Amino acid sequence: MANSAIASAAHETAELVARSSYGRLLAFLAARTRDVAGAEDALAEAFASALQSWPVDGVPDNPDAWLLTVARRRQTDAIRRRQTRTAGEAHIELMMDELNQAAANADAIADRRLALMFACAHPAIEPGMRAPLILQTILGLTASAIAAAFLIPPATMGQRLVRAKARIKEAGVPFAVPERADLADRLDAVLEAIYAAYAKGWTEIGDSTADRLADEAIWLGRLVVSLLPEEPEAKGMLALMLYTEARRQARRDAEGSYVPLQEQDIARWDLGQIDSAEVLLHAANRGGPTGRYQIEAAIQSAHCARRLGNTSNWPSIVALYDALLHLTQSPVVALNRAAVLAETAGADAALACLDGLAGDRRMADYQPYWAAKGHLAARAGRRADAHAALTLAMGLATDDAVRRYLAQQIRQLQDG
Amino acid sequence: MQFIMLIHHDDAALAKAPPALWGEYAAFNEALAKAGGTPGLRLDHASKGRSVTLRNGTPELLDGPYADTKEQFAGYFMIDLPDIDAAVQWAARCPSAQYGTIEVRPIWPTRGQ
Repeated sequence: MANSAIASAAHETAELVARSSYGRLLAFLAARTRDVAGAEDALAEAFASALQSWPVDGVPDNPDAWLLTVARRRQTDAIRRRQTRTAGEAHIELMMDELNQAAANADAIADRRLALMFACAHPAIEPGMRAPLILQTILGLTASAIAAAFLIPPATMGQRLVRAKARIKEAGVPFAVPERADLADRLDAVLEAIYAAYAKGWTEIGDSTADRLADEAIWLGRLVVSLLPEEPEAKGMLALMLYTEARRQARRDAEGSYVPLQEQDIARWDLGQIDSAEVLLHAANRGGPTGRYQIEAAIQSAHCARRLGNTSNWPSIVALYDALLHLTQSPVVALNRAAVLAETAGADAALACLDGLAGDRRMADYQPYWAAKGHLAARAGRRADAHAALTLAMGLATDDAVRRYLAQQIRQLQDG
Repeated sequence: MQFIMLIHHDDAALAKAPPALWGEYAAFNEALAKAGGTPGLRLDHASKGRSVTLRNGTPELLDGPYADTKEQFAGYFMIDLPDIDAAVQWAARCPSAQYGTIEVRPIWPTRGQ
């Protein structure tokens, strides 16, 4: 291995351990003090110095204890600097006590990350801020790293995160895993936030910050599965992410152009990742009632069956979409269902389904709607409709690879 | 909310743009029209303009743009959207974003709006 490769492997290991410790310590402190921002302040520098020194000196035997020692030293400095101020003193002392107790017994720190995730995805928190909040508190991502993927200016994202944390404190959001009766509903919000982070990392392709976000979301998905091993939907969501992630490389050809699922080179799929997804999905299906993520994962499983030579499972994919549509009533699901219906009932039938969506205002500037409509119209031989829809899809795209692919489709329409 | 998107081009970068850009622009304008946007105008090169100020009643004229920066005001379009996050999405779709900067500005609401 070259030196740089060793260095980057060391950096990666250090980062993984630091992140796991960071989330655990932050959750522990925040759950006790109910002050997420204060806990972040207490840990921020310790985390930063860990990321500097661990890749060089190696990861310490007890990472939590190392981080706590540094955090405690910094906290003491901060208190000395502020000694003249009385405001907030009681609060700082509380934080100090927590740090002292934890440092004295770093092996016994309870894992409160799940409780923190439930606090971040609480109904009192604006839905759009739940994913950024989880990314920051559990993984320690900076506001600017999160902002880039969410197409929001860093300063605005920073302000929104500060407000969301203040809201946790003011609204008395509990740091607890909900009781059995509420668990399914509340877990849904946590999974939705994690999946939203994954989706950001999936659609904005070609952008390295976004690629990384997909990895982070998968990491969070694994964390939830490990902390709630009984929940089938958590497994279903992780499986769904792994199925899609397994095809990431195959979405682009050698020239960097977009390749649709049906035309992807199976040799470029990550079969190991697909196998892990299959194991998870089977475990989920054994575990209980079938929810949204399990159905979506099953659809992906059916798409991936092509690697085994099975290309005739379209009727079961349509049936899965029927179940999903019944469950979610989502126009996006209706759109995807129409696209696969073309395989069993023909392009005209699929287009008729899309007509049912045409009145939905959300579809007017929804790029996948126009792309699907264009492809179906082309298959049905309606050239003028196809041309108009593909042109709109191209105009609504933000990804250059998708734009180029659509431009080529439009050219083929004109030549054919 | 009404937004105006001010397009600032880096002329050197734009000069190297592939011809496919104009096809992309045509598609973008179609999508913009469909969403009820106003296609706006494309300006001629900044060097062809004049900048005028009045100082103590005396006009002062400069050749070219107000500020001699790498990116120059090159055109605009307008669109009515629910919020600035949606407006940023539209700015990201504009092909010019690859060759310069799109400044997203809410339009001052007039009375009765």
